[in-house]
Amino acid sequence: MEHLHDEKIKALELRANDVRQTIIEMLIEAGSGHTAGPLGMADIFTLLYFHALRHDPLNPDWPDRDRLILSNGHICPVLYATMAHAGYFPVEECKTLRKFGSRLQGHPHREWLPGLETSSGPLGSGLSQAVGMALADRIDRGRQSNRFYYCLLGDGELNCGQIWEAAMLAGKEKIHNLIGIIDRNNIQIDGFTEDIMPLESLKDKWESFGWHVQEIDGHNMEAISNAINDAKAIFNKPSMIIAHTIPGKGVDFTERRFEWHGNPPGKGPGDVVTKDQQGIVALNELRTLRGLIKSEHE
Amino acid sequence: MNNMKLPPLNPKLFDADVEQAPIRKGFGEGLLQAGEENHQVVALCADLTESTQMHLFRNKFPERFVQMGIGEQSMASVASGMAALGKVPFFSSYAMFSPGRNWEQIRTTIAYNNVNAKIIGSHAGISVGPDGGTHQPLEDMGLMRMIPRMVVISPCDSIEARKATLAAAKYEGPVYIRLAREATPIVTTDETPFEIGVAQTFFEPKEGLGVTVGIVATGSLMHNALLAAKKLEGQGVGVRVLNIATIKPLDVDAIIALAKETGAIVSVEEHQIHGGMGSAIAEALSTSFPTKQVFVGVKDEFGQSGTPSELVEHYGMGVNSIVEACLQIHTQA
Repeated sequence: MEHLHDEKIKALELRANDVRQTIIEMLIEAGSGHTAGPLGMADIFTLLYFHALRHDPLNPDWPDRDRLILSNGHICPVLYATMAHAGYFPVEECKTLRKFGSRLQGHPHREWLPGLETSSGPLGSGLSQAVGMALADRIDRGRQSNRFYYCLLGDGELNCGQIWEAAMLAGKEKIHNLIGIIDRNNIQIDGFTEDIMPLESLKDKWESFGWHVQEIDGHNMEAISNAINDAKAIFNKPSMIIAHTIPGKGVDFTERRFEWHGNPPGKGPGDVVTKDQQGIVALNELRTLRGLIKSEHE
Repeated sequence: MNNMKLPPLNPKLFDADVEQAPIRKGFGEGLLQAGEENHQVVALCADLTESTQMHLFRNKFPERFVQMGIGEQSMASVASGMAALGKVPFFSSYAMFSPGRNWEQIRTTIAYNNVNAKIIGSHAGISVGPDGGTHQPLEDMGLMRMIPRMVVISPCDSIEARKATLAAAKYEGPVYIRLAREATPIVTTDETPFEIGVAQTFFEPKEGLGVTVGIVATGSLMHNALLAAKKLEGQGVGVRVLNIATIKPLDVDAIIALAKETGAIVSVEEHQIHGGMGSAIAEALSTSFPTKQVFVGVKDEFGQSGTPSELVEHYGMGVNSIVEACLQIHTQA
């Protein structure tokens, strides 16, 4: 992984903004889908695909690649948008999201789109799959393997018992090359996570299962990168990064509101911005960096 | 068309001292052999390693064995992940828990995801016995048959289970194999052919007796079906017995041929009559050659504690029940 210098950080931040715009555009076109999670995870996905992951968009089946397993499949707009910007497929194709015949299924299907490592949507099963991949890798390459298995999880899906079955197994097997990243945005469909089913103290939970755990600001490129480097350096333990994120990050009227979990612009709560204006206002806000610049051309 | 050529079968089939072995035992032997033949074969188990006979593999290949603890949901998905990296995972538990408890994980992360994982459900059927209704899966074939891409195999004895395991290891794609717990009479021999999706005739009535009823049986009840056919032969009723080891894909041609010749089908399975092999046969026949059918199996109820033979008799799957079913449909015809 190349050094993360200031210029690179700036480039990544601009890239994340592009990814957010694509997310909004694809959701507007689709007329359904999830907004909060994808916007909140845009920085992490950008850092992964443009800095941390060992991968080759032109050779998605490259055997020596790192693997990214998306467990909470419903945030796939951010996965698709980042993959498109990384060169896996044309950005224009993002507008086919959720449409009949599209490779961009409403929840990801491995067989439909090269570069997807699995099919997900039903929550709670991604971590087990990542553990299985890492175990298979260990059989072939032993504990020296330098391939990494990233599993991206939602905090809501930590309600699922299967997550903790996988957590136990990974701790027992001391899988060094497994890096989990939890989108700790504190919301799920019905409300705030701590009201629905409290997760705290989350760090203690993972540590008690034998994991190395870090808590970071999930919008700070340097923090994300450092946490991944730390996770890679830890031997004899799986690593979990609890990334505190703002759901709906980047667009004022979608931030921090669980009502935006499962709605696209145009169908979210209309109390701040009317439904018919939500798409335009969101895109404008992203393009002008919240009014800091007048338009993307200046 | 009488005296169809039968495959080699156990010559002591109808003797009182016919050899017996648990069907699951053949799985354990087959998995060990599959592991020897292909280094990519791996095994996962949810705290039932000896019960499901995986210990043979574990003892020989400990580095290729994953002890999951009692975590069937995770086990299905861990197997999916291992398959994604090119392994050929077999994962086992009691059928009640896998595929009983982890159906959605099997559907999404294995079948929908189209990976090469093998589900081994042991202790299937009512013949689990004294453990009672909680531990008697009678719905597993239906659960698995409903899932696109899933191959469903129900071997009739330990020898067929060994061959089915080897065939599953070579087959590319998801496979479910259901195994019974109890010692079961050995019906086949090492020489009996086995191929996924191919049914075989295991009994023909003696020369001169027309074939008027077709029994289609699967799994642990195969021996009862053969005894019933033999008994009916003595009563002058000609019955052909078809062994359906593969519930899906079903050998539709063999079933239609049997229906055309007999006009009367009796399906025999240690499973709910809804959703299992009998249903699969009815689905196939109703679209191409509608045929009267009597369903021998458990009729929409749960089991209870008892000895395996008590339960098989009580729930209408004993030899006499199969004879009665054949006579019923024979009389109707």
